[in-house]
Amino acid sequence: MASFSTSEFKAGMKIIMDSDPCAIIENEFVKPGKGQAFSRVKIRNLKNGRVIERTFKSGESVEAADVIDLDMQYLYNDGEFFHFMHPESFEQYQADATAVGDTKLWLKDQDMCILTLWNDAPISVTPPNFVELTVADTDPGLKGDTSGGGGKPATMETGAVVRVPLFIQIGELLKIDTRSGEYVSRAKT
Amino acid sequence: MTNDWQPSCNVEALQLRAAMLHEIRAYFYAQNVLEVETPILCHSIGTDPYLDFFATTMGNVELYLQTSPEFSMKRLLAAGSGSIYQITKSFRQGESGRYHNPEFTLLEWYRIGFDLQALMDDAEGLLVPLLAKMGFLRTTQRLSYVDVFEKYTGLNPLEFSLPKYQQVAEDFGLYDAHNVCANDHSLWLDFLFSLCVQKKLVKNQLCMIYNYPACLPSLARLNKENNLLVDRVELFINGVEIANGYFELTDAGEQEARFEQEILQREKNKAFAVEKDRRLLAALKSGLADCSGIAIGLDRLLMVLGKKEKIDDVLSFSISNA
Repeated sequence: MASFSTSEFKAGMKIIMDSDPCAIIENEFVKPGKGQAFSRVKIRNLKNGRVIERTFKSGESVEAADVIDLDMQYLYNDGEFFHFMHPESFEQYQADATAVGDTKLWLKDQDMCILTLWNDAPISVTPPNFVELTVADTDPGLKGDTSGGGGKPATMETGAVVRVPLFIQIGELLKIDTRSGEYVSRAKT
Repeated sequence: MTNDWQPSCNVEALQLRAAMLHEIRAYFYAQNVLEVETPILCHSIGTDPYLDFFATTMGNVELYLQTSPEFSMKRLLAAGSGSIYQITKSFRQGESGRYHNPEFTLLEWYRIGFDLQALMDDAEGLLVPLLAKMGFLRTTQRLSYVDVFEKYTGLNPLEFSLPKYQQVAEDFGLYDAHNVCANDHSLWLDFLFSLCVQKKLVKNQLCMIYNYPACLPSLARLNKENNLLVDRVELFINGVEIANGYFELTDAGEQEARFEQEILQREKNKAFAVEKDRRLLAALKSGLADCSGIAIGLDRLLMVLGKKEKIDDVLSFSISNA
């Protein structure tokens, strides 16, 4: 099994911690005077997103995690699994609801996203930073309102609820920032 | 096309380094301390239990890049050089990070006839004017290790109690301390000092911590009044360690005993085996006058002077694109 020594640690490296795949966010090398050196490492658990801090003695090694990020096209949801396809090899992957998590609110058929695979099985899905979604439902807006104001909630075709300006109508195509879940603009058609 | 041919630091940092080196040399010239050069590539290497080194070969001969110029400089002292200083590159395997580069610049000096207090005054004489120019306070804070450790952790560093030490680590949110330090008193001290004490040390001012617990590895002399302490000082600025100094061991027998102790500790740590430096021991046997010595990491000092966040910002080329 491949492993990394503390001296190889760097941000982005994927390791196994407590039998889960994790990514190193930050590594701080601590060397007290004439004493034992440590690595203080911030790690994100790739399955549940939790961030923990760990200390290693210099020279210790940890198991490498076989984790890769692949650009994939989202195909469809069959009720149980979400299906993705690699755009070049056409190889298909299915991810369960745990792996997809809240990302399902941003997944539209045919859109590209990033599928994270651990030992070739999907563990998480990252949507593109911006998606274009159609408004499925929202209260009728007030005529003449241009922007600003409090806005109103709108339910998108994927089920996501986004705060939009009052003038937005059902059936409009909107550009949404998936990192903040915020409305950006009407999509250019 | 990559940009990795470019220097790690900017031109201002190069200029600041040149100005700092000039002032250091002017200080020692005025103090009548002799500048020397000693080899970086040597037949022996120190036994520091927690330092790794780079080794190379010439034919069948094994040679080592020095982790500090200490042994060569002590041989010069024993040969009658008088007080000496040196600005040189040193190498430490595997040390890389925000405050570390495996190749770095040390200023190391030895003063004949100085005890630890006199050495601390000397270091202040060199550093305070440099720091004052960059807006740091002119006063120096001097604290004993025992006092500062107790102040920030509530623990007595000379008495080990696993449950008490563990409780303090947990109070600081360091839940894995026991995994790392187990039952090792000196590991616990280093762990708690670097993670709980160091960051709280005074800002914007030179801070000297003196009289370290004897259980921590060093080549310092035992304190005359308390044999649980050694005459060792470390300098900190803004919580960053920049120097380590000793009232030096001059007794060849004691030095040899520490070598043997450290060689055993290295075995325990599964570090590369090293042999004790017989030439240093022979020099001590021939006689080394009472002296104190200190080494300052000049790249770190430059980080502090230039208010830089990482060591790469003061190096022409850091290890990543050297």
